[in-house]
Amino acid sequence: MFDSLNQIFTYHFMVNAFRAGTIVAIAAGIIGWFMVLRRQSFGGHTLAVVAFPGAAAATLLGVSATFGFFAFSISAALIIAIASKRGGQPGAALSEESAVIGTVQAFALAAGFLFVSLYHGALNGVNSLLFGSFLGINDSQVVTLLIVGLISLAALAVMGRPLLFAATDPDVALARRVPVRMLSVAFLVLLGLAAAEVSQITGALLAFALLVLPPATAQLLTPNPVLSITLAVAIGLAVTWLSLIVAFYSPYPLGFFITTFAFAGYLLALIWRRSARRRYVAQ
Amino acid sequence: MPQTAQQPPALELLRAEARIGRRTIWSDANVRIGQGEFVAVLGPNGAGKSTLIKAALGLQPLSAGQIRVIGAAPGRANGQIGYLPQRRSFDASMRIRGVDVVRLGLDGHRWGVPLLGIFGGPRQRQAEARVAEVVELVGAGSYAERPIGELSGGEQQRLLIAQALAPRPQLLLLDEPLDSLDLTNQSSVAALIRQICRDEGVTVIMVAHDVNPILGYLDKVVYIAHGGIVAGKPRDIITSEMLTRLYGVPIEVLKAANGRLVVVGEPEAPAAHGNRHVR
Ligand SMILES: Nc1ncnc2c1ncn2[C@@H]1O[C@H](COP(=O)(O)OP(=O)(O)O)[C@@H](O)[C@H]1O
Ligand SMILES: [Mg+2]
Repeated sequence: MFDSLNQIFTYHFMVNAFRAGTIVAIAAGIIGWFMVLRRQSFGGHTLAVVAFPGAAAATLLGVSATFGFFAFSISAALIIAIASKRGGQPGAALSEESAVIGTVQAFALAAGFLFVSLYHGALNGVNSLLFGSFLGINDSQVVTLLIVGLISLAALAVMGRPLLFAATDPDVALARRVPVRMLSVAFLVLLGLAAAEVSQITGALLAFALLVLPPATAQLLTPNPVLSITLAVAIGLAVTWLSLIVAFYSPYPLGFFITTFAFAGYLLALIWRRSARRRYVAQ
Repeated sequence: MPQTAQQPPALELLRAEARIGRRTIWSDANVRIGQGEFVAVLGPNGAGKSTLIKAALGLQPLSAGQIRVIGAAPGRANGQIGYLPQRRSFDASMRIRGVDVVRLGLDGHRWGVPLLGIFGGPRQRQAEARVAEVVELVGAGSYAERPIGELSGGEQQRLLIAQALAPRPQLLLLDEPLDSLDLTNQSSVAALIRQICRDEGVTVIMVAHDVNPILGYLDKVVYIAHGGIVAGKPRDIITSEMLTRLYGVPIEVLKAANGRLVVVGEPEAPAAHGNRHVR
């Protein structure tokens, strides 16, 4: 076992894959935790999907794909924030926000395919853009992921408490002078950053696996926020590391393993909760 | 009620008028509520009771007149106000504990790391002690550690009252806190609110659908109907003459043998009696 791990780390691209996966799992676990609590998973998924046209456009223009990921996800976050004007405010029409998000998602996929076909089929990375890849993560990409991850976690550390207040209790938070609307826009941008980070590992379509599943699993296991956030990160890390090891030894794509392990964890937590509740009721 | 000369009134309205869009909700409102009083805000649905509470919080600007809250402009004193909005219940999927919701009432508006009390400084211990204190005060000790979404309406309501009480407010603004509770819970939560008012010296302004569960405790009622507001002692306000004048149609207030008040002939939804089906 340890020999095989040592063998993995003799490859520089695997070292980078572990570095990138670790950064992304931590950022996604914490930001995703707030997202699940605020019931914005659909928005989070969309912001990740947008990374696909982002990277395709960047390739088309000959700039770094990483830049494309971030530029598109942040722009989409702002579009969703502005278009669903009352989004995140008390009494906001959720359906209105969903309609905007759904439109953005459909448009993003369509634009992605347009950019790919404009590239005349020579864009052979389409699969990895959509379903993830751990090959070819270079040093500068790791540094970018680290910096963006640190900045967004620092921002979250500053606004975390009022954000939690606004998520659970928007009317009272507003009465206590919490800038509910501003926080909701700021959080969407943070979510855009996190979604762009995750898509670089899992691919644009499978970001759900790291952004939603570990926090949702953690929230099933405990209602204690500190414990729950810690668990979300731990689950994300375990899923990512395990998937990287398995993917290294198998011919199948990384995104498949991340999704499978994350979903298995969620199912186990669900079963545990059900039986725990049955015991509680039986008492 | 206890009120010294130098204390500003908890709430004061002078010729106040509120509009939403182009509609006047109420106008020429003159209300003065002293500190420490227990006050009910009554009136039919849509009369503007919640609008009055929001005006006191500075969330609804007045279109004319003045409003002062604990001697300050509305919104300025919100740190001293505990607020319980109307009809609030948590989604069953909300996976945070009752104590966390209470804690947010104490310091949720502050910037910084959320609830990261793992290093337990003195401020942290103080906050935890205060949360435990108010949870005990509302009798929620046995379920405060459970996820808020899994609790019953009455249990959630007690925790929300604890949340409003946590920062030691001078004034509680409660918008229909008894709504959606069963009869037993209605009278026990009403008794709890009255006990808080008396023991903690907190002014309570409470919107009520049915005055009867709290009638015995009240220092004052504010009655809103037909764009007008009257305020005074319950026995002066909940009378046939007063309500007839306020509504402009004949209203009769009957006193049942058990002391309950029944308002007859009230247009729209009834406010001062227990019929909760007519909306
Ligand atoms: N955001 C709003 N937009 C338009 N009308 C509103 C809004 N909020 C309240 N109203 C109207 O203002 C009136 C007073 O509302 P409210 O103060 O909530 O009544 P109450 O609390 O007495 O039932 C109602 O007729 C209601 O329809
Ligand atoms: Mg109301």
